[in-house]
Amino acid sequence: MATDRTTRTERFPSGIASVGLGEVERQVALDEPPPLPPNAALAVIGKSIPRHNGRAKVTGATHFTVDVILPGMLHGRILRASLPHAKIRAIDISAATRHPGVRAVVLIARPDDPTTAVVRYSGAPIAAVAAVSMAAAEEAVHLIRVDCEPLPFVVDMDKARKQTAPLVYDGASAPTGNASGFPAPTGLPLNGNVRGPATDTRGNAAQGFAQADIVVEGEYRTEVQTHCCLEPHAIVADWRADGLTVHVSTQFTAGVRHELAQAFGLPLSRVRVIVDGMGGGFGSKSSLGNYGRIAVTLSRQAQAPVRIVLDRQEEQIDSGNRPGTWQRLRVGARRDGSLTAISLVSYGTAGVALGAGVGNFAQALYTCPNFESAQHDVFINAGPGCSMRGPGNTPGAWGLEQAIDELAERLSIDPLALRDRIDPSLVRREERRIGAELIGWKRRHAPGADLGPVKHGLGVAQSLWGANVQINSACEVRVMRDGSVEVLSSVQDIGTGIGTVLAQVVAEVLGLRPEAITVRIGDTEFPAGPPSYGSRTTASITPPARTAAWRVLQSLFRDAALVLNVAPSDLIARDGRILIRDDPSRGMSFGEAAARLRTDRISAVAARSDDYGGFRQRMGDAALAQQDLGGVQFAAVAVDTETGIVRVERVVAVQDCGRPMNPLQIESQVQGGVLMGLSYALFENRILDQYTGRMVNPNLEQYKLAGPRETPEIDVVVLENYQGNSATDAYGVAEPSNIATAPAIANAVFNAIGVRLRTLPMTPAVVLAALGKIPSRS
Amino acid sequence: MNHFAWASARTISEAAVAASTTVADAMTASPDAAGRGTTSIVKAGGIDLLDLLKENLLAPGTVVSLKEIPGLDAIVEENSGGLRIGSMVTLAKLGDHPVVQQRYPAVFDAVRNSASPQIRNVATLGGNLLQRPRCWYFRAAEHHCLRKGGGHCFAISGENQYHAIFDNRSCAIVHPSTAATALVAIGATVELTNAEGAVRRVLLEDFFVPPDKDIQRENDLEPQEILTAILLPPLSASLRMAHLKQGEKDSFDWPLADVAVVLDLDQEGGCKRAVIVLGAAAPVPYRAKAAEAALAGRRIDENVAKEAANAALHGATPLTKNAYKLPLFETLVRRAILKAAVRP
Repeated sequence: MATDRTTRTERFPSGIASVGLGEVERQVALDEPPPLPPNAALAVIGKSIPRHNGRAKVTGATHFTVDVILPGMLHGRILRASLPHAKIRAIDISAATRHPGVRAVVLIARPDDPTTAVVRYSGAPIAAVAAVSMAAAEEAVHLIRVDCEPLPFVVDMDKARKQTAPLVYDGASAPTGNASGFPAPTGLPLNGNVRGPATDTRGNAAQGFAQADIVVEGEYRTEVQTHCCLEPHAIVADWRADGLTVHVSTQFTAGVRHELAQAFGLPLSRVRVIVDGMGGGFGSKSSLGNYGRIAVTLSRQAQAPVRIVLDRQEEQIDSGNRPGTWQRLRVGARRDGSLTAISLVSYGTAGVALGAGVGNFAQALYTCPNFESAQHDVFINAGPGCSMRGPGNTPGAWGLEQAIDELAERLSIDPLALRDRIDPSLVRREERRIGAELIGWKRRHAPGADLGPVKHGLGVAQSLWGANVQINSACEVRVMRDGSVEVLSSVQDIGTGIGTVLAQVVAEVLGLRPEAITVRIGDTEFPAGPPSYGSRTTASITPPARTAAWRVLQSLFRDAALVLNVAPSDLIARDGRILIRDDPSRGMSFGEAAARLRTDRISAVAARSDDYGGFRQRMGDAALAQQDLGGVQFAAVAVDTETGIVRVERVVAVQDCGRPMNPLQIESQVQGGVLMGLSYALFENRILDQYTGRMVNPNLEQYKLAGPRETPEIDVVVLENYQGNSATDAYGVAEPSNIATAPAIANAVFNAIGVRLRTLPMTPAVVLAALGKIPSRS
Repeated sequence: MNHFAWASARTISEAAVAASTTVADAMTASPDAAGRGTTSIVKAGGIDLLDLLKENLLAPGTVVSLKEIPGLDAIVEENSGGLRIGSMVTLAKLGDHPVVQQRYPAVFDAVRNSASPQIRNVATLGGNLLQRPRCWYFRAAEHHCLRKGGGHCFAISGENQYHAIFDNRSCAIVHPSTAATALVAIGATVELTNAEGAVRRVLLEDFFVPPDKDIQRENDLEPQEILTAILLPPLSASLRMAHLKQGEKDSFDWPLADVAVVLDLDQEGGCKRAVIVLGAAAPVPYRAKAAEAALAGRRIDENVAKEAANAALHGATPLTKNAYKLPLFETLVRRAILKAAVRP
């Protein structure tokens, strides 16, 4: 590309640090900061800085949405359907309305409105009340009388696929959008309860299988996983004549603001969304949610703030979930391991919603000239699915990474050697090398080699996730005359520590300590930040933060340069001082420079530029970077073949996220991803009763989550991978760290006992059955 | 959860007078009312009671706390060599008691592996023995099951993976107390005191009520009666015991299976007498008498233990989704016998 006057040529660090760094040349806009050196040359970025709000969190000082109390605030409560499928004939709210504590009652299901008169899952909202206390709201909800006609229902995906199954929707009522967060085609046909297939082909699969020396084929099943955020979904909606303010536990303040403006016909300028502390978000807090809309409606009607906090049962039933899937995979290969064809057929269910595909894992992970896939959504009468940490690719990995492991075993090729042959990613190649050494892959033995009933095994699996970027991301940096500094964005810290990272970025640029930076985020009064989903927060908001800090520093330099009698370009900011680059003994403190400002504060706002090397794909406000994020995980397990208990002893997770901004926080997040994956592998299962359509375990007692005693030793290694793509070159890590865990454990279980478990979760019942230890019933 | 009055009893008699209704009676008083407003219920630690209140399964008019009654939270070594455990002793306190650890290791293990540290700090032994079952149909207000006075068992053909493999034809609950498995095995007795101060002592094993006797209650507690103590008998030095629990996970989970074994061995290692009790197997703690008989007079080794473990499953009638409990119980019984036999 020819240079022009709006860009300049820069050389950026490039490559994987542990392999060896080179440089890459990029054209960058003139108002972009200079290339950021590798982490080893930096003072604050890339260092393990404890999160700035950690102390507040562990001492209980953090304010979560559930802690928000406004004057005159009412409590909202939702009446929910007990039947899984019913037509509402009449709703009598008169007794509820007469309750002395009640200030508003709204109908969500309207008997006279064909689109809302049918409830399609047990737990679907029917009506809601706002009252002066939680107890009054609860009492009033019980006073609402619903007359409904039960309709036939189906809550089992396999049964729902049959032609004779009760229909969840007719053609006119079925949703067409995609709720999973993974891009999926629209306009697919609906046949009974089955929508699709969404197809994808490359080459000619039939010819590919004909060329294969070996074909492995298997059916894999995953169960529905619920989000189980420690902090429940919560909102306080405050509708006033001059505008709407909403405190909500959300992964996307700016997005919720848009939703509210659209849903209630308000200009964006009259809608404010705020979140302070957040106790987790894994996809289900990406949008306003039905409870959020209900709270605002109640507030508008009652003319008072209304608080709704979902209880644990509502969390489990109606706040979204990871869809359950079934997939059949065929993988053809030559004797040397090179792949000739992959064929994938999948059916998944997101309950009454869409988006239960198994991602692009089989399409994209390995080199294979011939590919075909057909993915289907199946409607059932169950609560809606939504995107959840690595949607699509997490169940996708459960199938493909076991199929590849099986292929390696059948070909007598080491699973790592096979991947070296078929995986084009240099990132994962390096990750396999690092992980294999840490886990002690050389000591891996044949299945069943242990003498006693407890068998040990090692397994590996890989992760693939797109590096997402939100273009619509901006950040402001302010310097005050007293030398204090603020960084502002509507971006929210959902527990991952982005506030701390923003302080690091600004501190690095200004030559200050990160504690000196005041972080103001989680409020749409500030420049629009990115969502915290799709592993895009860091990639989207750290480049504009650095750019804004750099631009504001240039202003400061201009004033300081006059005093020091040098050119602004001769100055650098380091160790709390503004110094002359070639004569660092001369300069002034940052505070002295700030004191010379003409006005009380100066400020710069920057937006996310395109990746310097360009994007692979652009979709509205979102974009996909050229290079995917790679991860490799190793698991060491012990399987008690007499009790069926799988114990994960150790996990080694090696993960790429571009430039690591704060290794300590990244390690925490990867550990969280591993734990969630382990819990998915061994315990979690939303269980619906086939006869009543109700979830039998809508709690945290019998919906089982891994606890302290199930937590293995987890080693996290974060790759340092530079691509010269932005002012920080950083990408996300939340989702990729969750994808490989379950198949790595399953592959380790196979290595331990010589039996492959293709069904989640791997409970004692599943393990003992696979080992043939359960007597057939007489 | 509805409003209720709060009362604190200062004496056993006061509590017994106030305890107009057992939890079981309150829950079956009428299908919708759940004892709404008219009944008075006794609260020990409150772990189970709070769950029932929150799920709208129980709506008492008054909750009577036993916390202020002096002496109910004491563990006393008796002259006989036995141990008297007040019903308000928490599982944490019991699990910290050196005599329990030394003389009743099976009880110690059962208690220390129950619930979570937080719950053990609050849950009392009395409440633990009297808690209602965890069957998820029983625990959901929408499912009006046989045990709540309804006409249908949802578990028999439904989601029964955590249910009983013995005595499960009418109601397939498993008894929720892990401590009970070990306490039945060592021959513990419960002490029940009524409003007049009359005391009745019942062997714990006989205190539990199977569904074919009364499907709506798990024990023989009567209205206006307070469980005041659990008595652990003095044990001869030749007794050996063990308790094993296996949940799907070790952190805060109910057992899929738990087993207590008490062996009386002679000097040559021959088994004079064995008691083997299975928890999470039946609606009440289940005596595996065929397994006990299989050990009688024999020296314990791997093969004998295996034989007894197989005998323990004699008569099991697994449901559609819980046959995996058979190999699991076989393993736990065998391992518990061997563990007890080698335990000093």
